[in-house]
Amino acid sequence: MSNHTARERILARLHASGTEQTEVPDAPLPPPLSLDRDAKIERLAELMAAIRTEVHIVDTDAWLDKLKELAREKGWKRLLYGPEVPIGSAIETAWASDTEGLPELVAYTGPVETFKEDLFQMDAGITSVRAGVAETGVVVLWPTPHEPRLMSLVPTVHVAVLDADTIYNSLAEMIAVERWADGMPTNALLISGPSKTADIEFTLVFGVHGPKELVLLIRK
Amino acid sequence: MGNHTRFDFEHNVTGALADDQLRKNLRKAMDILVDKRRTVFPDSEYLEQLRSAGNAIKRRALKQLPRLLEQLEVNCTKNGIQVHWAEDTAEANRIVLDIMRRHEAPAIVKGKSMVSEEMHLNRFLDEQGLEAVETDLGEFIIQLNHETPSHIIVPAIHKNKDEVAAIFHDKIPDTPYTEDVEELTAIARRVLRKRFAAAKVGLSGVNFAIAETGTLLLVENEGNGRMCTTVPEVHVAVMGLEKVIEKLSDVPPLLRLLTGSATGQVITTYVNMISSPRKSGEKDGPKEVHLVILDNGRSRMLADPEFRQTLLCIRCGTCLNHCPVYVRIGGHAYGHVYPGPIGKILTPQMEGLERAGVLATASSLCGACGEVCPVRIPIPDLIRRLRNESYDQDGSAVVEGGGYKKNLAETLVWKGWELANRSPLLNGIGTRLAGKLGKRIPRVGPLKKWTRVRTSPKVARCSLHERARNEGVNNE
Ligand code: SF4
Repeated sequence: MSNHTARERILARLHASGTEQTEVPDAPLPPPLSLDRDAKIERLAELMAAIRTEVHIVDTDAWLDKLKELAREKGWKRLLYGPEVPIGSAIETAWASDTEGLPELVAYTGPVETFKEDLFQMDAGITSVRAGVAETGVVVLWPTPHEPRLMSLVPTVHVAVLDADTIYNSLAEMIAVERWADGMPTNALLISGPSKTADIEFTLVFGVHGPKELVLLIRK
Repeated sequence: MGNHTRFDFEHNVTGALADDQLRKNLRKAMDILVDKRRTVFPDSEYLEQLRSAGNAIKRRALKQLPRLLEQLEVNCTKNGIQVHWAEDTAEANRIVLDIMRRHEAPAIVKGKSMVSEEMHLNRFLDEQGLEAVETDLGEFIIQLNHETPSHIIVPAIHKNKDEVAAIFHDKIPDTPYTEDVEELTAIARRVLRKRFAAAKVGLSGVNFAIAETGTLLLVENEGNGRMCTTVPEVHVAVMGLEKVIEKLSDVPPLLRLLTGSATGQVITTYVNMISSPRKSGEKDGPKEVHLVILDNGRSRMLADPEFRQTLLCIRCGTCLNHCPVYVRIGGHAYGHVYPGPIGKILTPQMEGLERAGVLATASSLCGACGEVCPVRIPIPDLIRRLRNESYDQDGSAVVEGGGYKKNLAETLVWKGWELANRSPLLNGIGTRLAGKLGKRIPRVGPLKKWTRVRTSPKVARCSLHERARNEGVNNE
């Protein structure tokens, strides 16, 4: 865009390179993973737990109790949430009846420019996730205006809520079934655990820049 | 450490070999990485199949490279990402500078990017009075100490925690001395979170750019990459033009190969896929996203069917970890941005043989790099080709500076060798003379150098032919 001549010159060289005339044999991929529902849940939970994700498998109607229990236990002061998504309104309802020892709910409603300072002080942020992937043990997020990108990154703890029925065997399966090629969101994320580093003598430390803890609630 | 000092490889190697601490740090680190990779790919049949698939995917991308780059540009532009092309690193630096100036940004926060190292962006911005803040923990450490990365994946791996403790204590105001790695990490978190929150422009590299959807994919563990690409108002991504791949379905196998080979992980903590700037109604994310596509010699590599394979590289760094030379001398000794086996084939092609051809000599040709490379780059073959081009006996060199080592004495020696081996008579005389005089060859010149750290070969008294004639052949 900025420099048309550079673009033209580079492309001209690439076209003249002869690369387009080469033959490339196809190589088959290793056979895909295929697990039943329970095995998918188990594998995802196992892989994510192995890299320090705190995984809780709960009954769908008991997840809010679990959340409250965790919130009290961990002593969060402020919990960031998105009020316009189903888990958001459910949390509001649950918090309405009983607030004893629970964190204050903070809604992410304005643009980050008006909210940055607060955001960087948040103890925890809770988001829904689009799906899980069993093969590599990740949750997949497509942040939306209702649950923006920084909710899963800036607060000290990220709580992710996953429905067990949305776990795919593999990323390849998810990309194909959901037809990602038809259009990608602003940002898509795979998350497997809390932020970590091993840059000093390979000593593993969690919470270097992103969340120090990842709590995964799998609703079954 | 490379870029500022004149490059004297031999001197660097001698220095590195004499540094016991460095060698200890490296040995330990590389053993861990090699082990982790082995654990994450326990099934060799699966791994070999995956490597073949990775090779095919990347070769398919190179076959269509010009078309894919055009498609990437079209799709990125459609998504609102602004695409820039740079012939060389000076142009790429200028593009970043212009963006910073336009936004009146005194500093950028940087995620880990080898292309930005290739651009020497930090030094360039510094000369312009602007600041580049490295935010990957390893990069942060070495930037504080005014060093460059010694490994493309774990940049501060040559430092142990005592050294990091001293650097933090000296260079970060009000920082008590601590060797506790958790505390050291917490210090970096505290310092850098402020920088993320304040920065107007963030910079990142790109692991894969997907032409089909105009998507930039980044992998990382720390979250600093996500910070740099999400918190500031502007995100600038820089990539070498070989990073483009055809479609999303190419991602899963390449991702598996990359994270498994690089750090022995099934997957990294984060895989961050960016397809557009903040859309209206969205509450965060940069309002502008720029993609800088850099050539810097890559299109030249593409023109040669053999050297083209250099562009298959996904920068996993596993060839470094498995290289007996790298493990002993570390990254800085190579004197250039890309160390280890990949550096030995990449740098001479980028910088010319005269300036960097010596790197191709730093290999025992043991073949380990070629055996582990996730996309099956035949690195040893390319090293051999570069060595040949340095002499260019037949005048066919394609790399700049080809034939720079060619000299009359050596040409004559090879001519003589060729002659002797073509004529049975001369060959017979030669072997007999070698048997008689072999021990008395004076150790001067290259022979002296060679024998300084090696026992000199013993020449047998009589040739194999003669022995066979005298003793007969035992077929057992
Ligand atoms: S050459 Fe192969 S092994 Fe080395 S960094 Fe590139 S992809 Fe990895």
